[in-house]
Amino acid sequence: MKRIAVLGMPNTGKSTLFNRLTGAGAHVGNWPGITVDLLSAKILLGDAMVEVIDLPGFYNLHGFSEDEAVVRHFLETQPVNLLMIVLNASQLDRQLALPLQLRDLGIPMCILLNMTDEADKLGIRIDSGKLEAALAAPVLTLSAKYGFGFEKVKSELTHQLQKHPKLQQANAAAFDQDIRIEQELDALVHQSISAPISLPASLTDRLDRVLLHPWLGLPLFFLLMFMIFQAIYGLGTPIQDGLSWMFDSIKTAWLDPAVANWPTALRSLVTEGLYNGITTVLTFLPIIAFFFLLMAVVEDSGYLSRAAFLTDALMSRLGLDGRSFVMQLMGFGCNVPAIMGTRIMRSQALRTLTMLIIPFSLCSARLQVILFVVAAVFSPRAAPVVLFSLYLASFAAAFLTAFLGRRHYRNHEPLLLELPPYRLPTWRFLGFEAYRATKQFLAGAGGFIVMGVLMVWFMTHFPFGEPAAGPHTLAGRLSAFMEPVFSPLGIDSMMSTALLFGFVAKEIVIGALAVIFSVGPDALSGVLAQRLDWVQAYSFLLFTLIYTPCLSTVAVLKQESKSWKVTAAGVLWPLGLAWVSSFAFYQLARHLT
Amino acid sequence: MPLPLSQLQVNHAATIMSIKAGQELRRRLAGLGLRSGIHIRVIRQSPMNGPIQIRVGNTDLIMRRHDAAHIEVCLAP
Repeated sequence: MKRIAVLGMPNTGKSTLFNRLTGAGAHVGNWPGITVDLLSAKILLGDAMVEVIDLPGFYNLHGFSEDEAVVRHFLETQPVNLLMIVLNASQLDRQLALPLQLRDLGIPMCILLNMTDEADKLGIRIDSGKLEAALAAPVLTLSAKYGFGFEKVKSELTHQLQKHPKLQQANAAAFDQDIRIEQELDALVHQSISAPISLPASLTDRLDRVLLHPWLGLPLFFLLMFMIFQAIYGLGTPIQDGLSWMFDSIKTAWLDPAVANWPTALRSLVTEGLYNGITTVLTFLPIIAFFFLLMAVVEDSGYLSRAAFLTDALMSRLGLDGRSFVMQLMGFGCNVPAIMGTRIMRSQALRTLTMLIIPFSLCSARLQVILFVVAAVFSPRAAPVVLFSLYLASFAAAFLTAFLGRRHYRNHEPLLLELPPYRLPTWRFLGFEAYRATKQFLAGAGGFIVMGVLMVWFMTHFPFGEPAAGPHTLAGRLSAFMEPVFSPLGIDSMMSTALLFGFVAKEIVIGALAVIFSVGPDALSGVLAQRLDWVQAYSFLLFTLIYTPCLSTVAVLKQESKSWKVTAAGVLWPLGLAWVSSFAFYQLARHLT
Repeated sequence: MPLPLSQLQVNHAATIMSIKAGQELRRRLAGLGLRSGIHIRVIRQSPMNGPIQIRVGNTDLIMRRHDAAHIEVCLAP
């Protein structure tokens, strides 16, 4: 099959162009030796099927960043028919360096000057004829966002593929020689581009004066984050709750009667194991979709790099950058999409460290447990203090993890980010990211979650015939065995059995407690108030906050990091930290009171 | 008088004289259009020793001050 590689610097509208060219059919392909996800799609151009591959944005063919290495590795190993090079028409003064470097690969090129609408507004004039002559490749102007010039691009690509029907391997020598192209670049820019000497103060400048204001910038950042947070979870969480309710109703109305005559063990496997596993996966879909929808707006608007500018003074000391902080904040709604959202970070070390701190964000599921226990055990006057202290503990655990991990996951890439002009998002393609992310979650994490739920189901129900999570089940025996570990934390074996359930999803801890104490949810408050004094309750809450994130979080951690080592670290480190924190708190509080 | 870019004041324009950094950072900077002879302007500095925003041609960039310290500039007249 014929093949086109799409290349360009970041912020050139390359993805929008790729989306416009390929539609929603793009998928993540596997390429030997490449660990980052590359989108590719098969499309019909003229009468031939063509595979189009979207390579990561990069600045320099000879650079050292991870994305640059990916692009080089791809071009070294995969033959292609055509390089489609996307350039931002308003930044040709530096972006023309890219086709000058790529020319030496000896593969036919097609050069697309994108964002011509922005260049026009800035009064930049481009002589594409002279560029064509100098680069020996067709040069087309277009606006991928608005679709101008797009039909011409398609027919030119078709024409070029007919002209170059054979797959070609890049000239390997070109990767080693970093010839000086600066003079040629200057000459080319000089003869083919004319830009006004001073640019008018733009809308972006005026907006930045407020949004990046030395003292107003940070409060506005937190306000904006709060609004985005509300928009994602204010819409997503009720839908998630509604779905849970719907699945419960379906279970009572249809599933339970349908399997009523089955043997007990099989019935339990289907209704409490399999069904719960599958519905757990499904209830995450609306939140992931909303998250990617709104984060795409934030990213496309250009605000995300501004957030990095505003918060970097603090975050760089922790070995992170401002984008990590945005994802950490989003984790307070739900850790799962926040971990998936770290894709915006291009350095693997930075991304891994961020993925390891997000699970400490006190997500809405943990909040349900905490609110329930706080209301049951603490006085109304103490309750807000307890809640606030747990939020502080959440940040402290995350920052401690970053501080300790920053040596191991050292980020070698300097913070060098473009601040693109503020742009309105491309509404037409906004749903693409959300669609792809939910599809990937289903394929990549779904099976893992169902397996995990089945495992916990087995532990709490085997041997069959015992009451669920009773002392004679595997879970009950495990808790009894673990008692010496948990009793120094003031957590008895019945409570620790509930923590095992919490591994599936934190919000079911309360339901699990009700099952374990065999009381209804209404009577549970009374039971908890009776069994726990405030020191035990707080120790339990601290443990619930910090310990191993829920199964779905672990599943996306594996999906996104593609590493069992990172996944293991994401499970074991929080577990250890939770134990140490609860132990320190419990022993100290016991000795002081 | 050459001075490091990290010390250039807000709204001052300058020309890059030399980049005294390792090959890695230098290529990264070159990719973004930062090399000798290029005119730049500092747009703003983030408080608490945070990053600086500079303008190169039509592009605005942010970089940390300790990276900017490797870039030697000469004030434009």
